[in-house]
Amino acid sequence: MSILVDRRTRVLVQGITGAAGSFHTRQMLTYGTAVVAGVTPGRGGSHFEDEVPVFDTVAEAVHKAGATASAIFVPPAGAADAILEAAEAGIELVVAITEGIPILDMVRVRRALESRPGVRLLGPNCPGVITPGQCKIGIMPGHIHWSGRVGVVSRSGTLTYEAVKQLTDLGLGQSTAVGIGGDPVHGTDFIDVLRLFERDPGTDAVILIGEIGGSEEERAAAFVRDHMHKPVVGFIAGRTAPPGKRMGHAGAVISGGSGTAAAKIEAMREAGIEVVEGPHLLGQAMRDLLARRPKRKRAARPSRPRAASGDRRGGAARPARRPAQKPGRGRR
Amino acid sequence: MKIHEYQAKEILRRHGVAVPRGVLASTPEEAEAAARQLSGTCVVKAQIHAGGRGKGGGVKLARSPDEARTHAQAMLGMRLRTPQTGPDGQLVRKLYVEEGCRIARELYLGLTLDREVGRMALMASSEGGVDIEEVAARQPEKILREWIDPLLGLTGFQARRVGFGLGLPGDAVSAFVRFASGLYHACLATDASLVEVNPLVVTVEGAVLALDAKMTFDDNALFRHKDVAALRDPDEEDPKEAQAKEHDLSYIALQGNIGCMVNGAGLAMATMDVIQLSGGQPANFLDVGGGADEKKVTAAFKILLSDPEVKAVLVNIFGGIMKCDVIANGIVAAARQVELRIPLVVRLEGTNVELGKRILAESGLRITSANDLGDAARKAVAAVRGAQ
Repeated sequence: MSILVDRRTRVLVQGITGAAGSFHTRQMLTYGTAVVAGVTPGRGGSHFEDEVPVFDTVAEAVHKAGATASAIFVPPAGAADAILEAAEAGIELVVAITEGIPILDMVRVRRALESRPGVRLLGPNCPGVITPGQCKIGIMPGHIHWSGRVGVVSRSGTLTYEAVKQLTDLGLGQSTAVGIGGDPVHGTDFIDVLRLFERDPGTDAVILIGEIGGSEEERAAAFVRDHMHKPVVGFIAGRTAPPGKRMGHAGAVISGGSGTAAAKIEAMREAGIEVVEGPHLLGQAMRDLLARRPKRKRAARPSRPRAASGDRRGGAARPARRPAQKPGRGRR
Repeated sequence: MKIHEYQAKEILRRHGVAVPRGVLASTPEEAEAAARQLSGTCVVKAQIHAGGRGKGGGVKLARSPDEARTHAQAMLGMRLRTPQTGPDGQLVRKLYVEEGCRIARELYLGLTLDREVGRMALMASSEGGVDIEEVAARQPEKILREWIDPLLGLTGFQARRVGFGLGLPGDAVSAFVRFASGLYHACLATDASLVEVNPLVVTVEGAVLALDAKMTFDDNALFRHKDVAALRDPDEEDPKEAQAKEHDLSYIALQGNIGCMVNGAGLAMATMDVIQLSGGQPANFLDVGGGADEKKVTAAFKILLSDPEVKAVLVNIFGGIMKCDVIANGIVAAARQVELRIPLVVRLEGTNVELGKRILAESGLRITSANDLGDAARKAVAAVRGAQ
């Protein structure tokens, strides 16, 4: 089991003929993602790599190719429009990879999506979402992932990879890894993802990676305290960041004494989240935490084949692991 | 991106926001002429990006053109220190000479993104002229807020509600509504992420005026506002940060001695954190971004090494979009170009990691390899201690 995406997800790539779009479409296809269509206005009727049909509009891609999710690689100036087009065409999951979309564009997008509750937006400025062995939508390196039972949710791309790699190396793997993006105005938030992980029978525990700025981590902590039974391990980046300086992400800035790492860490610890001091400790902390919990029988994990190069660990090549039995109850 | 007060006022004026008349001056003679042109009492204001100028002697009242000239002489070329500049202060190069007014009340009006709601919020307070963040922390009830629906814009009733909430008399409320609406239009037209008028004054005559104005723009939207982008003042920026911006790198100078080069903002922050956890001090935040090529990495390296405080460099790259071999080539090229003499610790992980490590190993450069972030930080801290 997993959340958001699985092997049935039919993916459309908006901006498929651009540099980033074409590169990552190739990576997604290699991974085994069902990329069923691409959209580049003016290029309709052609095929990407003789394989994926390209359409002029999203509506056409939905109608003719049955796309259910979209990955947006459209450059910033047109990205908000691309999100709106996907939403209007009935795409259920819109994954906006594009970095650098103007804030006021996203304010309008978010307002427009309020009237479309059936559409879920992930991002923008996010690495995407992956259910190992089944579906990868985004720019994460596929080969570091491994099918398992830990959910990962993060505001930062490369920190997600850090956590994922450790979970894979420790043999724990991931149920689904989700990047919600580093922009101040974005779609799906921590709570949305935590709620999905809590309900997912394929997820036993969650890694939550936040950073300075805003108060989303504090609200996530309150949700964990009040509504989650599954254990959570967390990390907050930016403890040493000076106030008033934007740390790369448009959303990562301490202003007026709010959004500090200290406040977030305190809220998370109070909610029972195990917060680690550095991202390199996430995997270990998760392993120790799961080991302390009541034992349940686990399926023997096959030894991990070392991929020689690239994102070769396609879904078709390897069956997804099945849970050995019903997942254990949480700590409360 | 930030701009000067006189530039912000010019933008606001174009959108129908009432601001006092003023003239820019860069010599004492120009200041004197400006004061003569404006007639009556004027205010001479130093134009630097940092706030709190009044406290450092950067805002002076002049009752005559002569006095304006004297103030200008004292201010131009001084290093103005305010709570928002560093201890070295900021060099004053330009002055804004503005007509004076008779103040009845000082208020605060701001327009900024409320990220939790995902909308712009109009914020007002009867406590003008003071630090609004302090008011927000200590007396949150003194701040009035209206969230703006992007499909409707700032509505008349919302602006009136704020005007009456501030206790303005009826006439002033009409002027205030025009003022607030102009502010919102200026914000939309320029993709401003913050517009702040502090203080907003009501004059004895009942006019509503922006006595000070601050605008910050969304860097991501500058591509569609060439006129706004042209207002950038490189003199107000850290030279290394400005240089980084030209190469599309995100760099922020800090006080320590371990230079960092990382891909991804989150990982870059985490790298700083773990360096400190290991007993060291990061010299900077530097995110080379997702799509960096060899040229960009080389540029990043040069910026890092131009800081004389840097005693060791830690490169931490998790290759997703960016492949480790590209990073490795950039590191090798840059290290050769700048003739690197300080210890270099590299931690690579991700796509093409083996190839990247091989490039580094075969380069003949003295590079310490690290397995994970903790290991890398420990090695960098040890390298700095060894160098001292």
